[in-house]
Amino acid sequence: MPDTLTKFIFGRLTLESLPLHEPIVVATFIAVALGGIALLAAITYFKLWTYLWREWFTSVDHKKIGIMYMVLGLVMLLRGFSDAIMMRLQQAIAFNGSEGYLNSHHYDQIFTAHGVIMIFFVAMPFVTGLMNFVVPLQIGARDVSFPFLNNFSFWMTVGGAVLVMASLFVGEFARTGWLAYPPLSGIGYSPDVGVDYYIWALQVAGVGTTLSGINLICTIIKMRAPGMTMMRMPVFTWTSLCTNVLIVASFPVLTAVLAMLSLDRYVGTNFFTNDFGGNPMMYVNLIWIWGHPEVYILILPLFGVFSEVTSTFSGKRLFGYTSMVYATVVITILSYLVWLHHFFTMGSGASVNSFFGITTMIISIPTGAKIFNWLFTMYRGRIRFELPMMWTVAFMLTFTVGGMTGVLLAVPPADFVLHNSLFLIAHFHNVIIGGVLFGLFAGIAYWWPKAFGFKLDPFWGKVSFWCWVVGFWFAFMPLYILGLMGVTRRMRVFDDPSLQIWFVIAAFGAVLIAAGIAAFLIQIFVSIRKREALTDPTGDPWDGRTLEWATSSPPPAYNFAFTPVVRDNDAWWDMKKAGYVRPLSGFKPIHMPSNTGTGIILAGFSVALGFAMIWYIWWLAALSFVCLIATAIGHTFNYNRDFHIPAAEVTRTEEARTALLAAQG
Amino acid sequence: MASTATMAGTEPVFHLEEEHAHAEGSSTMLGFWLYLMSDCLIFAMLFAAYGVLGGNYAAGPAPKDLFDLNLVAVNTAMLLFSSITYGFAMLTMDKGRVAATQAWLAVTGLFGLAFLSIELYEFAHMIHEGATPQRSAFLSSFFTLVGTHGLHVTFGIVWLVTLMVQVARFGLIEANRRRLMCLSMFWHFLDVIWIGVFTFVYLMGMLR
Repeated sequence: MPDTLTKFIFGRLTLESLPLHEPIVVATFIAVALGGIALLAAITYFKLWTYLWREWFTSVDHKKIGIMYMVLGLVMLLRGFSDAIMMRLQQAIAFNGSEGYLNSHHYDQIFTAHGVIMIFFVAMPFVTGLMNFVVPLQIGARDVSFPFLNNFSFWMTVGGAVLVMASLFVGEFARTGWLAYPPLSGIGYSPDVGVDYYIWALQVAGVGTTLSGINLICTIIKMRAPGMTMMRMPVFTWTSLCTNVLIVASFPVLTAVLAMLSLDRYVGTNFFTNDFGGNPMMYVNLIWIWGHPEVYILILPLFGVFSEVTSTFSGKRLFGYTSMVYATVVITILSYLVWLHHFFTMGSGASVNSFFGITTMIISIPTGAKIFNWLFTMYRGRIRFELPMMWTVAFMLTFTVGGMTGVLLAVPPADFVLHNSLFLIAHFHNVIIGGVLFGLFAGIAYWWPKAFGFKLDPFWGKVSFWCWVVGFWFAFMPLYILGLMGVTRRMRVFDDPSLQIWFVIAAFGAVLIAAGIAAFLIQIFVSIRKREALTDPTGDPWDGRTLEWATSSPPPAYNFAFTPVVRDNDAWWDMKKAGYVRPLSGFKPIHMPSNTGTGIILAGFSVALGFAMIWYIWWLAALSFVCLIATAIGHTFNYNRDFHIPAAEVTRTEEARTALLAAQG
Repeated sequence: MASTATMAGTEPVFHLEEEHAHAEGSSTMLGFWLYLMSDCLIFAMLFAAYGVLGGNYAAGPAPKDLFDLNLVAVNTAMLLFSSITYGFAMLTMDKGRVAATQAWLAVTGLFGLAFLSIELYEFAHMIHEGATPQRSAFLSSFFTLVGTHGLHVTFGIVWLVTLMVQVARFGLIEANRRRLMCLSMFWHFLDVIWIGVFTFVYLMGMLR
C-alpha cells in the first residue's frame, strides 16, 4: 500500500505505536486481554448480554446508574493502585546506582496516569455514583430531573476511562504530571500522543461530569418531596447540592483551558507557548481555577456521608445542622478564592501570596466547625461501632492531621520550602485517602444494604479497614519526613542512600493498602455468597433517619409507592416516632421515564472521535462527529420518553414487600 | 393534595394519596439556564485569555491594523436583528400561529447566516493579510474567542432548522414550545456574549 494511503487511513497510528518493546506493558496487556476475554466469554455463556443491555446499559434508573458508576470507580481503582504500587516499588529499590525496574519513559507515564485516573476515574465516579444513588431517595423523588441525560453522562465518563485505558496498550500516556503544564505539554516538548490521550479523555469525561452536575442541581432544587424545605434537606443532599454547584461552576473552566491547549497542539496557536506572546503561567492559573474547586467537589459529599453516618450510629439528631449547612456553603464559596496557593512560587509578590495564604487558612474554620459538630453529635450518643462508624472515626483522626499540614502549606514562606516536595504529596494523599476514600468506604458499607438488600460482611470489612488505615499511615508518614528533608516529587532514582529506609517503609504501607483492597474485594464476594445470612428484609438495617430507609431494599423502580410528605429534618425518624403505618392499598399508576440506548451510542461515537483526533485519523474524526450530531438530532425526534407502571404492578410489588415484612414478624 | 402542616387533633400526613407526578419538562428551564451559565464560564475563560494575551502582538499586526469597525457594525446589526426576529417568533408562537412562527424562525436563521458569512469574510481577509491565529498570542485569543462564538451561532442554526422541521411535523405542541423557548434563551445569550465581544475586543481594541 502506498505510504500516503496508509497515512490517510491510520493517521500516525503504526505498528510501532504498540509498546511491544516494554515487557511490563506486554505482560499487563496479556493479563488484561485474558481477563477481558474470560469476562466476555462468561457473559456470552450465561446469555447475559440482553439482560445487561436492557436492564443496565440502557437504564435511566438513577439507582442502576449509580451502581454502574461505583463499578467503574472500583475497576479504575485497581488500575490506579497498580500504578501507585509500581511507583512505590521503583522508589524503594532505585538506590546505590540501581536504575530500578522502570525506565524514565515508562515511569513518567505511570505517575501521570496514577494522578489522572485516581481523580477523574476513581474519585469522581465513586462520588457521582453515591450522589446518583442516594440523593433522589433522600429527597423522596422517583428519579432525577433528566433521566436520559443521567445515562448519557455515565457513558461519557466511561468513554473517558476507555481512552485512558487504551493509552496503555495503543501508544502511550502523557509524561507531564497529572495537570499537564505547558510548555512541557506543548507540541514542542510532547510531540507524541500521550498529551492528546490526556486531553481527549478528560474532555469526553468532562462533558459527562458537567451534565450530571446540572442534572443533580435541578433534581435537588425541583424534585424534593412536599414539605422538604431547603433547611429540612438531609446533610448529604446539601453537600451534594454544593458539590454539583461547584461542578457546574468549574468544569467549564477545565473544558476551556484544555481546548486552548489542544489549539496550541493541533493548530499551532500561541496561548501557552514560550514565544509569539504566549503565557504558560496563564495555563497554570486557569487549570487551578478548576483544580481547587475540584478537590472540594470530591470531599464535600463525603462530609455529607460522615454526617449521615455519625448521626445514625450515635442514635442522635446531627449536632448543629444549621451550622453544618452554612459551613458547607462557606467552603463552597471559599474554594474559589484559594487557587493560587498551588503556585506561591510563581512569584506573584507578597500581597498576592498573602491574600491567597489567608483565604486558604480561613477554609480550615468551617471545616473545623464540621469536625466539632460530628464530635458533639457523638457526645453522649449511643455509639454503635459498625463499619461505617469505624471509617468515620478513622477519617476524623486522619483528616485532622491532613488539614493541619494543609494549613502549614498555606503559609507562603513555608510553601517556598515545601513546594513540589513529598511533603505536599503526603498532605494531599492524607486528605484524599483519609477524607474521600475513607468516606467512600463508609458510604459503601452504609448504603450497600439499601442497594442490594443485604449487609456487607463485617469481618472482611474490618480486615480491609485495618489494612487501609494502618497501611495509609505507613505509606505516607515517611513521605512527610522525606518532604521536610527536601526530597521532591516524581523522582525515579536517588543518590542519597540514607533516604532508602523511608521509601522501604512507604512501600510496606502500600503493600498493606493492597491487602486492604484485596480484603474489600473478598468482602464483596463473601457477602454475595452469604447474602441469605446477611439479608435485611426491613429496608432499614441501621435504624436510619432519612427517607431512603423508608422504602424497601433494594428499592422498587419507582422508589416510593406514594410520595412521602416531610415534616422534620430527619424525615424517616420523625415518621417512625409518630407511628407511621405503611399504606397497603390505594396504589395508583406511576409515571416513569423509558430506557434508551442513545446515551451509550453517543458516548461510543465520542470515543471514536477522541481516538481519531489523538491519532490524526481525520476521516474517522469527521465521520464520528457527523454520526454524533445526527444521532443527537435523531434522538430529539423521539417524543415518547415515558410510560406508566400500572397500578396492578405497583400493588404486586408492594404486597410482596408486605409479605416479606410479615414473615419477619 | 395533602398539606404538610399537622393540625391539632388530626392525624399527621406522611404521604400523598394521589400520584405526585412532576409535570414533564418542569425542570427544563432551570436546567437550560444552568447549562447556559456553564457555557458562559467557557466564554469567561476565553475573555480572560484575551484580556491577558490581547496586547501580545509579537511584533505582528495590532487591532488597529486589522479591524474594520464598519464591517463589524453591520455584523452586529445582523445578530441583533436576528434576536428581534426570534422575539417575534416567540410572540407568534404564544398565539399558536404555526406559519408565522416558522416564517420568523426562517428570517432569524437567515440573519444568523448573514452574520456568519460576514464573520467568515472578516476571518478570511485577516488570514489573507498574514494575521493568522498562529501569528501572535493576541491573534490566537482573538480567533478563539470570536470563533467560539461563531461556532455557537452555527450550532444554533442547526438547532433552529431541526426545530423548524419538528414544528412542521408535530405542530406547536408543548414539547416543541419548550424547545423553542430553550433555543430562544440560547440565541439571546449569544447576543449578550456578542455585545461583550464587540465592546471588549473590537471597540476597546481600536483604542489600544
